[in-house]
Amino acid sequence: MRKELLILSGKGGTGKTSITAALAHLAAPSKIIADCDVDASDLHLILAPEIRSENDFISGTEAKIRRENCTACGECSAICQFDAIETDDEGIASVNGMACEGCAVCARFCPAEAITMHPCRCGQWFLSDTRFGPMVHSHLFPGEENSGKLVTLVKNQATQQAENLDKKLILVDGPPGIGCPVIASISGADLVLIVTEPTMSGLHDLERVIGLTTHFKVPAAVCLNKCDLNGNMAKAIERYCTDNGIEMIAAIPFDQAFTDAQVQGKAVTELQESGVSQTLEQMWFRLNDMLFSK
Amino acid sequence: MKIAIASGKGGTGKTTVATALALSAVQLPEFKKRVMLADCDVEEPNAHIFMSEESEEITGQEQYGSPSPNHIQWHEQEDIFATVPEVIEERCNYCGECRDICQFNAITVLGQTILVFPEMCHSCLGCFRVCEQNALQHGKRLLGQISKTHVNGIDLVQGELRVGEAMASPLIKAIKKRLPNDDTLVIIDAPPGTSCPVINTLTGTDYAILVTEPTPFGYHDLKLCAEVIKILSIPFGVIINRAGSGYKEVYEWCRKEGIDVLLEIPFDRGVAEAYAAGIPLIQARPDLQGHFSNILKNIVQSMEHLNA
Repeated sequence: MRKELLILSGKGGTGKTSITAALAHLAAPSKIIADCDVDASDLHLILAPEIRSENDFISGTEAKIRRENCTACGECSAICQFDAIETDDEGIASVNGMACEGCAVCARFCPAEAITMHPCRCGQWFLSDTRFGPMVHSHLFPGEENSGKLVTLVKNQATQQAENLDKKLILVDGPPGIGCPVIASISGADLVLIVTEPTMSGLHDLERVIGLTTHFKVPAAVCLNKCDLNGNMAKAIERYCTDNGIEMIAAIPFDQAFTDAQVQGKAVTELQESGVSQTLEQMWFRLNDMLFSK
Repeated sequence: MKIAIASGKGGTGKTTVATALALSAVQLPEFKKRVMLADCDVEEPNAHIFMSEESEEITGQEQYGSPSPNHIQWHEQEDIFATVPEVIEERCNYCGECRDICQFNAITVLGQTILVFPEMCHSCLGCFRVCEQNALQHGKRLLGQISKTHVNGIDLVQGELRVGEAMASPLIKAIKKRLPNDDTLVIIDAPPGTSCPVINTLTGTDYAILVTEPTPFGYHDLKLCAEVIKILSIPFGVIINRAGSGYKEVYEWCRKEGIDVLLEIPFDRGVAEAYAAGIPLIQARPDLQGHFSNILKNIVQSMEHLNA
């Protein structure tokens, strides 16, 4: 049975990507790695993928106004709900591509038929090889929309690869937050590992991510990173997990090794003498159990 | 004036910097105590944690890091909704016009059945416009809440996305519409990333501060975020948090690109521990307050110079 493990954090900067890289190192070779943190993806900085195929991510459409046909009637500007129409001194309209959501209502109602819709090239996605196995990743162009759709595309490609290559595990580095790309990444996940930290913000954000995994009925486990930063907050997070029936499967002390590994382009578990490796190994055994032993 | 605090990567210290700036600004005569802090990181709004007046009382005590979250008293809370179509079945003739205009697959018509998926709707209102039967009425989908209070001399505004809601941008736009356009200094805590929520937050701001850390991830995401800022043509500077890792690329890049490094905040376990307990940076490190005040004064001066 193929399983999908998604790593989330709610709050950014808790160590989600570093821990995903460590899991990519520790998990048996039978896996596909997917980077779904599409608008600030960093996993490739550690995994150094060799790109096998490069593809355009075309998604949604954008309105374009033919200047010579525009009669400056102002209709498009009046009906646009996204403030995407700009007009010059003569009232001639143009579209601000960053604001346009591609609803096509202006194109439909332009009396001069001066507006047409055009597909958007919002980014690129890649099939690659890494020292830890095949990887699907992407690059959303700065300021683009449709990050949720790119997440879905990356996940679908990873599933396809897993089927073709008969891999048992899909390891997914998720985006921060709880919005559209996160919701897209949760769909189809068998287990969510939430990486948090013992801070007020960490707890607040953890509550919101667990709210989301509960909403979508996906089992979750918690990894408390930098666990020795604040003993009281660590206890508060442990208590929160217990009260909500969520297993805290690892507590990792603050360790400079994470930054050192990042600077060297390595997973923290690849470093020779890293005190956190054993904890991470035990965490992987537990995850492996949770995923495959049922 | 609106100053946005952004970063590509999450967890670099945006909220730390935003709260430090707001708390420094309120002490400066230049701003006549007209300071607002607007938390637009609606998926995970955390600025309020550092603005609670209760946290001042626990500094210096052993209970540093009391696990009970700093609760803030909101004076005003407003539910924010998106407009979505609702079908009046007896009027609908299942012509499918609404389905055809919808670019977001929010409406399905099959034979004598019409289904609306409100969570897919972008509120473009196209379906209302094409329905000749007047069979659609305005329904609503809860996006989240906007909350306001006045604390530590600062007007605090935050948006909080409803858990399960996918679209952060309409809520961010609703916050932006409520910001003052007078001489109030508005410090905006932006969401991480480089996509639409960040664009919506940064649009219309006068200056941006990008917070990064000297690590490969911090550097990579800083470059992405700077690309976005350049597209929007907003002047910006960089604050390097957790300085002292020995990773030099961020500094070299800023120098090469001619980007101002406004401040370096050295890595300090005490700062991290204070952050964990919800204590604002300038309370943990009062010596940094002068730096934040100078940053604000310099930005205001350069803006005046720009507008002159």
